[in-house]
Amino acid sequence: MGDRSTAAAPTARAAAEHALTAEGIVKRFGAREALRGVSLSVTRGELVAIIGPNGAGKTTLLSILAGIQRPDAGSVSRDPGEIGWVPQQAALYGKLTVAENLRLFARLERLDDPELAVEGMLDLTGLRERAHDLAAELSGGNRQRINIAIGLLGRQDVLLLDEPSSALDPRQRERVWAFLLELRERGTTVVYSTHDLQEAARHAERVVVLADGEILFEGSPAALGEAVEREDGGARGDFEEAFVAFLRHRGH
Amino acid sequence: MRGATSRRRSSPSCAIGGTEVRWLLLKDLRILRRSPGLVALLVLYPIVLSVLIGFALSAGPDKPRVAFVSLVPPDSGELDLGREKVDVSSYEDRLFAAIDPIRVDCKGKSPRACRQAAIGKVESGAAIAALVLPAVLTDRLRGLQTLAIQGPPVIEVFYNADDPIKATYVKDTIKSELRDANLALTTRFTEIGISYLDLIVSGGVVDVPLLDDIELLGLERAERIVTRARANVGPVEREQLDRVVRFSRLARENLNLSPALLRSVREPIRVRQVALDGGTTSLSSFAVALAVSVSLMFITLLLAAGALALEREENAFPRLVRGLVSRTGLLLEKTGLAAVCSAAASLLMLAVMSLFVDVDWSRLPFWLLAIAVAALAFGALGVAIGALTKEVRAASLLCVMLFLPLAFLALVPSGSVAPALYDVTRVVSAAFPFKPALDALDAALNDSGALTGPLLHLTALFAAFAALARLALRRFA
Repeated sequence: MGDRSTAAAPTARAAAEHALTAEGIVKRFGAREALRGVSLSVTRGELVAIIGPNGAGKTTLLSILAGIQRPDAGSVSRDPGEIGWVPQQAALYGKLTVAENLRLFARLERLDDPELAVEGMLDLTGLRERAHDLAAELSGGNRQRINIAIGLLGRQDVLLLDEPSSALDPRQRERVWAFLLELRERGTTVVYSTHDLQEAARHAERVVVLADGEILFEGSPAALGEAVEREDGGARGDFEEAFVAFLRHRGH
Repeated sequence: MRGATSRRRSSPSCAIGGTEVRWLLLKDLRILRRSPGLVALLVLYPIVLSVLIGFALSAGPDKPRVAFVSLVPPDSGELDLGREKVDVSSYEDRLFAAIDPIRVDCKGKSPRACRQAAIGKVESGAAIAALVLPAVLTDRLRGLQTLAIQGPPVIEVFYNADDPIKATYVKDTIKSELRDANLALTTRFTEIGISYLDLIVSGGVVDVPLLDDIELLGLERAERIVTRARANVGPVEREQLDRVVRFSRLARENLNLSPALLRSVREPIRVRQVALDGGTTSLSSFAVALAVSVSLMFITLLLAAGALALEREENAFPRLVRGLVSRTGLLLEKTGLAAVCSAAASLLMLAVMSLFVDVDWSRLPFWLLAIAVAALAFGALGVAIGALTKEVRAASLLCVMLFLPLAFLALVPSGSVAPALYDVTRVVSAAFPFKPALDALDAALNDSGALTGPLLHLTALFAAFAALARLALRRFA
């Protein structure tokens, strides 16, 4: 494991009860070790970004937290049923309408009143007018909003999102982020992965830098910026270039 | 938020979850309904296939078009064989039952030109073969003596060999029909020969041209005359007459055996066919069972594999199996969906085929049982394929690639390939549901054998492929 910085000072929120904890997660694919004893704690209502280059293990970590994959070692504090999950690619049926997709998953979630949940999600996503349109006819941004809404149907207070804004144009990205920030305002704990550093710096309260299956850094975006600047010595003006140098200095 | 009051009743268990499976089934049916191309394929495929097979079975095979020239003079069409008259044209009619004749117009043409015209029909593609009866046909057949000295008449066959399958078919058909005609003529010749022997033994009247009727004495009456005459002669002559009587009796007794001997020579070997394996299903009934099996396999495999692959193509699979539906429940739902749809299509196909072929509706419960079990076995194979693929197109391609060889291997007859290769085809066929499904449907539709064996075989394959699919979902999903 690389040298792990903990630049962020403990806050009142960190002291609060953890919404999700993972301890010593190890995952191997054949001879390759995708995650090497990753531990992570997320406090209630926190918005955490997991960043890192491609192949760092972001999706694998989120899949294990969501219960889609089993770790070879380590543990996760909550059952998959208690965690909302939004995969990177919109997981909905193109030949069902928006309302039918929501209704199907509401029924599969065994909600007391699926119709009420569907109505609520149509309001939340702002897609009531598109309720009877086929999902295949929606734009990428709207599909992602429905994708997120389905992840929220179970009313879980923790939501995991795998690169929620990838493949979206800037306008669609803004709409998705407005939606996610509204969720967070309602008290939902949000953990998302991204390799868009600006997006992480702009929205997350805490960033976790993952590279080659190891956590290299945990802290606020500002603290990450300072760490990167220290590494870089202020020579590079571009944050992304400095971040790449930051990873390289740690052997990644 | 309006949905705030809607709460989860309980955490989904790992059990199969009948309610969840029902919602998934309804979802898949809705998606199917919104896929008109696929639905059209599922409905039209069995209908078109059954209509085609129905027409083929009711119409019988096409007769080959054969140019026909008879160089036999018109007034020589009838053979006069002793006391019998044989019309050669009756043998032509027999041959024409097996071919579609194109009669070549020989008016004003020499025999050579007429023969060449028939060959021209073959060369131009108008006929696949030409059959030329020689002018000497009836002359040669007319006299047994001529036949013995000059040899039998030769019928010429010219055929087009650019299509080996058709050429073989034509050769076999004409050879078979000429063999029948030869046998029929031999029978007539034999019967005429036997009637001559009868004349020698018993005597009678013979109609000889130009000489009118001649009465033949026959051995029996000659013997009686000699026996009466010996009473009026001396001992030496009596002894000589006794020798004549003994010879006559011996000849008569031996000639009495000749008809049976000649008849056995005419057809020295008779064939008694006994089917040791399989039933007594007619070709048309077997074709019905085959068509239903093919449709059942085609539809079930494509639906089961496609429906499961769609869950992964739409990225819904991880979301479903993380507590909403168990993997086993998902497999059962896809298998059930494919089985129900294909069974309905198969019954539709049977209903259409019953318009062309006799179908025993009293055996409906057996059909339903065979179709249901076969559909489940195909469904399990389909989900196993679907579990190995991540896209509907890949799943469909894999199904088609598997579908054709399986159908082909199941139909390889014993003795047509080397024994070791045949054993391999049997093992491969036994490892997949098509052959047992065909056996089960044949037994159910045509009462051609025990139904229990194929059903147990299909049940075992269902369990094996379902387990394989479950393993594949765990390994590859």
